[in-house]
Amino acid sequence: MFSIKRLLSGNEAIARGAYEAGVRAACAYPGTPSTEILENMAQYDEIYCEWAPNEKVAVEVAQGASIAGARAIAAMKHVGVNVAADPMFSFAYTGVNGGFILVSADDPGMHSSQNEQDNRYYAKFMKIALLEPSDSQEAKDFVAAGLEISETFDMPVMLRTTTRISHSKGLVEMGERCELPLKNYEKNVAKYVVIPANARKLRLSLEERLGRLAEYANTFPGNRVEGNGAEFAVITSGIAYQYAREALGDRATYLKLSLTFPLPDTLIREFIAAHPVVYVIEEGEPFLEEQIKALGLKVIGKELFPRIGELSAAIIRQKLLGENAGNPALASDIPVRPPVLCPGCPHRGVFYIINKLGAIVTSDIGCYSLGVLPPLSAVETCVCMGASIGNAMGIAKMRPDKKVVATIGDSTFLHSGVTGLMDVVYNKGILTLVILDNSITGMTGHQHHPGTGFTIKGEPVRQVNLEALVRACGVEKVWIVNAMDLDEVEKALRAALNCGEPAVVITRQPCALIEKEKHRTGYIVNEQCKYCKMCLKLGCPALENKPGKVSINEALCNGCGVCVQVCKFSAIGKAGI
Amino acid sequence: MGKPFNALIVGVGGQGTLLASKVLGEAARLSGFDVKQSEVHGMAQRGGSVVTHVRFGDKVYTPLVEMGQADLIIAFEKLEALRWAEYLKPGGVIVVNDLEIPPIPVILGAASYPEAVYERLEQAGISVVRINAVEAARQIGEVRAVNVLLLGVAAKIFGFDKHVWEEAIKTSVSDKSVPVNLAAFNKGWEMQGA
Ligand SMILES: Cc1ncc(C[n+]2csc(CCOP(=O)(O)OP(=O)(O)O)c2C)c(N)n1
Repeated sequence: MFSIKRLLSGNEAIARGAYEAGVRAACAYPGTPSTEILENMAQYDEIYCEWAPNEKVAVEVAQGASIAGARAIAAMKHVGVNVAADPMFSFAYTGVNGGFILVSADDPGMHSSQNEQDNRYYAKFMKIALLEPSDSQEAKDFVAAGLEISETFDMPVMLRTTTRISHSKGLVEMGERCELPLKNYEKNVAKYVVIPANARKLRLSLEERLGRLAEYANTFPGNRVEGNGAEFAVITSGIAYQYAREALGDRATYLKLSLTFPLPDTLIREFIAAHPVVYVIEEGEPFLEEQIKALGLKVIGKELFPRIGELSAAIIRQKLLGENAGNPALASDIPVRPPVLCPGCPHRGVFYIINKLGAIVTSDIGCYSLGVLPPLSAVETCVCMGASIGNAMGIAKMRPDKKVVATIGDSTFLHSGVTGLMDVVYNKGILTLVILDNSITGMTGHQHHPGTGFTIKGEPVRQVNLEALVRACGVEKVWIVNAMDLDEVEKALRAALNCGEPAVVITRQPCALIEKEKHRTGYIVNEQCKYCKMCLKLGCPALENKPGKVSINEALCNGCGVCVQVCKFSAIGKAGI
Repeated sequence: MGKPFNALIVGVGGQGTLLASKVLGEAARLSGFDVKQSEVHGMAQRGGSVVTHVRFGDKVYTPLVEMGQADLIIAFEKLEALRWAEYLKPGGVIVVNDLEIPPIPVILGAASYPEAVYERLEQAGISVVRINAVEAARQIGEVRAVNVLLLGVAAKIFGFDKHVWEEAIKTSVSDKSVPVNLAAFNKGWEMQGA
């Protein structure tokens, strides 16, 4: 039979896998490298999809769907699991009704993240099954396999990817959807109510369920020996499997592991007994290695291979074959190209004004984190989503002589900033919160959230009113300003900082990348330019520093007009006027 | 085909490298090869340096091209051509869009834009195909189709049939943008022939 193969990213494959496996509910909060899972899921009418305000809510809604008898998925980036950890730990105790998968998309090498936590440890810590796909085909297949495991062993399953799985494409065989009826739902407080008396019993049953799963791990088809090379024996999982095969080819025998918690102990014992020296090749932390060593077995792992950053075929070649990659002579003096706030980004002018205030500026996670880079260099802290407000509160309490400004995006504020703001009001903090409201989740590529007025499927809905929300938290001093009117921004900020109570300034303008489609006319620099370079302090990529003058790159200029307001010589005007 | 063919598409976030790599991957798939490719999403798309790896052959394991292993690089910007050139294997080819986008350190005067990019590449034994893709795209009336035009310039190197490329474009873009992308591809294809 002729089978249809399509080129899918790991994320697209997971969405497809969920569709084919009869998933009925999929919930997520965006985060690189996980975002496209839900974006792709949204194309299927059969699946209820939602952007939740944060990952904890996403898990809880998917958990509810599972309790109701549906197959369900929650997807997030690795740090999202920190936010969702609370319901997940209890979920291991209660188990599922419809199968449940938590997708954790890790980011070794920190392409777009603040850390490289290896979430495989979470599976062990939460005591749930762990699957590690090594390419798009497995990403798809393991959704179905994971849901089977989830229902058979009555536990949530973590499907753990990494950036090179999520964002790499490979050929995937397509199948049809199998439509499953909802499982029966019955009130069952002994299972779903984790009061201590019940939880103690569930604690025992959890070990029993895990024990059965550990047996099964030895026969799971994704855990298998491949090849028969005589030079090396390798235990590996996930993307590291691909790197190992690339580097060692037919020279090695591989124990390829996919269900990696609980580990298939018999398979591992047999493999190690059959080979004099066994290497564990895994990216990140020694997750497999530690467990294998805890079985009393001898392997070589992180004493040879790095635990920091991404692994590669080249590293394996270098460590095991002594081969070195070519020398990087060409690229020696090349300037770096860090990401920047886009031309026309509404965050730029706000940071420019904040810099004039002499305040301590905490920030948060989003495009506006880029306000840390020169020339704006405005941001002083950036920790995790929502932290700007708590951090500012702590600083303000300890240093009452200082003015403190917290900056946060609209999506991040709704994700986990609101609780921080309640704290500020409740515990009488004096600080100014700037909500940089571009009415979208910008950094991750424009996802809707409860404040935008649209669902993931594009249906119009009621939206959270930010002003009403901050007022409901007890903030009385609230300003709403046009983010691109620098005078207005400055007046509001100065008034807020001097009002002696918690204040919120909402700076509003849509994301420039969305506005781009509207083709605002750009600006040009005229002969009045004195080359004072004031405008260059904005760090706009459309402003170019040419010998003796500044010029505006018309292809990049988005016509926001912030540079016009900064220029003291009226040297910037509309093109064609 | 023994070893897989290795290509990189490099540029600046926002230039449309992802679409070019999508079309290339589809063309390889339609030609019957195993394909893997690795992309950059997220932070770097905000004007950072971006790279997509594309590999195809009988069987492909890692989606990443290693340093010194690329048969071909398509560079959407000159500085990025230089940055990634060390990924080329000896005798490799680089197609370079004759465009300078200064990065922020250059705009701020903290670094200077490298000089004599083409000479440096050629001195390293690299075959350079230099192309003013912005101008060429303007001629067909769509400056945003630079990405597919550059792919067209490089296309003959991959050895796929012309109709496969057309099919790949049709599966990769929305129906309404098929004509401009086909026009851009054909423009590039002819330029390489010249
Ligand atoms: C716990 C967690 N979830 C998700 C992310 C990924 N992420 C980074 S920034 C961001 C949202 C930014 O949106 P917003 O606050 O509106 O700011 P913008 O980028 O639009 O300026 C997200 C979802 C993360 N870093 N941490």
